Amino acid sequence: MSPKHSDKNTNEYRRKFLAQSAAVAGLAIAPGIVLNQVAHAKADADKVTGSTRWGMLIDTNKCSKGCTDCVTACSDENGWGGTNSSETHSSKEQQAQWIRKVTITDKQTGHVQSLPLMCQHCETAPCVDVCPTGASMKRKDGIVLVDKHICIGCRYCMMACPYKARSFIHEKLELQKNNAPRGIGTVESCTMCTHRVDKGNDPACVEACSKAEHGAMIFGDLKDANSAISIELKKHGGEQIRADLGLNTGVRYQGL
Amino acid sequence: MMSLRQFAKHLVVLVGLTALPMLSNAGDLGPVVPKAKENASEKTKCIRPVTEMRKNHMEFLKHKRDETMREGVRTKADSLVECIDCHVTPNEKGEYARIGEDGHFCSSCHNYAAVNIDCFDCHSDLPEDAAKHLHTLNKKNPHHKDMTANGSLTKENLEVLTEGGNQ
Amino acid sequence: MKKPVLKQIDGNSINYWMLLALLGSFVLAAVGAHFYMEHGGHYVTGMNNQIVWGLPHVFAVFLIVAASGALNVASIASVFGKTAYKPLAPLSTLVAIALLSGGLMVLVLDLGRPDRLIVAMTIYNFKSIFAWNMIFYNGFFLIVGIYAWTMLQRNLNKYSRIAGFSAFIWRLALTTGTGSIFGFLVARQAYDAAIMGPMFVVMSFSFGLAIFLLILLATYKWTDRPLGDATFIRLKNLLGVFVAGVLYFVVAQHLTNLYATEHHGVEAFILRDGGIYTQLFWYGQIIMGGLIPLALIYHPTTGKSRTAISIASLLIVLGGMIQMYVIIIGGQAYPLELFPGKEVTSSFFDGVVNSYNPTFAEGILGVGGFAVALFMVAFAVKVLNFLPESLADEAVDPHHSK
Repeated sequence: MSPKHSDKNTNEYRRKFLAQSAAVAGLAIAPGIVLNQVAHAKADADKVTGSTRWGMLIDTNKCSKGCTDCVTACSDENGWGGTNSSETHSSKEQQAQWIRKVTITDKQTGHVQSLPLMCQHCETAPCVDVCPTGASMKRKDGIVLVDKHICIGCRYCMMACPYKARSFIHEKLELQKNNAPRGIGTVESCTMCTHRVDKGNDPACVEACSKAEHGAMIFGDLKDANSAISIELKKHGGEQIRADLGLNTGVRYQGL
Repeated sequence: MMSLRQFAKHLVVLVGLTALPMLSNAGDLGPVVPKAKENASEKTKCIRPVTEMRKNHMEFLKHKRDETMREGVRTKADSLVECIDCHVTPNEKGEYARIGEDGHFCSSCHNYAAVNIDCFDCHSDLPEDAAKHLHTLNKKNPHHKDMTANGSLTKENLEVLTEGGNQ
Repeated sequence: MKKPVLKQIDGNSINYWMLLALLGSFVLAAVGAHFYMEHGGHYVTGMNNQIVWGLPHVFAVFLIVAASGALNVASIASVFGKTAYKPLAPLSTLVAIALLSGGLMVLVLDLGRPDRLIVAMTIYNFKSIFAWNMIFYNGFFLIVGIYAWTMLQRNLNKYSRIAGFSAFIWRLALTTGTGSIFGFLVARQAYDAAIMGPMFVVMSFSFGLAIFLLILLATYKWTDRPLGDATFIRLKNLLGVFVAGVLYFVVAQHLTNLYATEHHGVEAFILRDGGIYTQLFWYGQIIMGGLIPLALIYHPTTGKSRTAISIASLLIVLGGMIQMYVIIIGGQAYPLELFPGKEVTSSFFDGVVNSYNPTFAEGILGVGGFAVALFMVAFAVKVLNFLPESLADEAVDPHHSK
């Protein structure tokens, strides 16, 4: 079954579609207000490029100790954990967790901090290096993902990840979120909400954090010197967790 | 040890036995494919001619899957979510068939042709609003994922399937 | 010296068929365990998101490592030209191939999506040691297979030296690759050591030879073929050297780690505070798998007893499995060091020692790997001429005098 004979049709269809999308995009961008709101929107038909690198900045001083809004928002958005998933057979140790709140206490001073921890979207991600099939991959815009279509479930990436950011699915799932496919025998982790980011929105956790009026999380383009995240990083700096590993993470923290 | 000739003989018998039910089923009219939500346009029912989709949907889906997954292309055409949204529709009673059941758009043919797919190990088999509804109805819904293959394929049906027909 | 006569075993006795049936039932049980684990998913196992590799990996890695070591005897014959080992070379290649098959079976059947094995075989990420290993494993079958062929077919004998040499190089690469799976994981304190590669090579020598010796002693006893002391003593002395070699590498590994403060935590965990892992390390790996076999091998009385050496070999195999368990499971049980100098707690088991309770199914799957290997050996020696008719002293050593 070769689709060759249909190439003409397909191409025609694509041309038409591209033209339409471009027109829509043009309309959307025309008024300045819209442009402001969706500053990092790309047209649906555009491929992501290396001129962007998505990142996140988390201020641990603003992060509230008892608050788990970012975790709940992620779980609702992507359909893992607790009430959202059909992961009912798995033990607590076996259930997926894309993002978690971590409490750290300094052994010397007793200083306590709270912060959300998820995939750090490393530039040189160990999980991408070790994956035998290339299922563990990094998009050009720096978001690290698992291509579950070719993941064989060997779990080497989970061994390699310094942040324990990845989960393996231990049972059959159903009724997943349409934007967040996940299933048995494959590995998954934070996707930085690519489906939202590609549409110009913030990841669910970041949105929830500002909705709770903590404003501890900023999302943006690390390569754009004028983005809020770049300006803040330039002004006050930001640290990486396990910076000694030299992974150049996309997620940075303040006040560690 | 079996000689090659013997082996070939066995093979012929085996194939013959397998084909028998097909011949006896010659009156079967083929799978009943549920109707889509709406026509894509006045000219085409689907985003491409139905015959083409029947033959090549897997190629389109696979191409799109890599484009979306790896390059962030979010156009609607050939997106599995869009296919499901439009094609997986409720019956007269307002019930949605689940993957593996003959009433589900994908399963209606895939059961019939005994072609196993694992798309729905990870992807939801229902439109998002229908799935949401089901979630609130019953949190621990029994699994419907076990693909069954029943029915068999006649020559006529194969033609119906690949050359288009009523939908 | 006259050429050794290779001859297949009769394999008509009740005992032979019983052995095949027994091994076969273990293989079937392993396949059953696989279906049980794959049907609903891995939730039925003790593995979880903290201990991601479990008992099946202990068995698989052990078998794969032992496979390359079993080739040792053949390498000594072809690469280093020791004629005394020559009659044993074909059996050595057979055991190597069989052990690798068993190990890979376990590894593959434990994958989350074994149905996608074709993906693993066709799409390679060359930065991944796993992908390299996939090539090493497949190549090993091919090269060792050809090597065995050149030895079994007389008119190809002239090529066996070059084939043996290739197999030797390939085998070293394979074991280094397998060890490196655990050597290059910078994130995990227990695996952050390049010494893993060479250490696995020496481990392979020891485990592989122990299994080879067990198989050799058993087959010659059961088939009533003569096995002279010259061959036996040579092999067991070699085994002693390898066991000592493994101990040396283990000492080096831990001393190196103890020198760096950042590794003190994980070293204290394995050597002193790790509960089950500490006990397994000292009693299982070091005493049972190292010191006792050494004593048995070199003691003037037990060193001559085939029973004692069989026991020593068995202990080496068991100790080797335990060593794998300590490396693979113990290494994961120790919590990841995310915030050095700080105490960490979370809802995802940060900062706590992870627990792992292996299930029966995992164990059965692993044992099935051994069964596959032994079944292959038992079957192959019946249908092909792998075994020398006699390994009596005068048959292997022309200068031997009574």
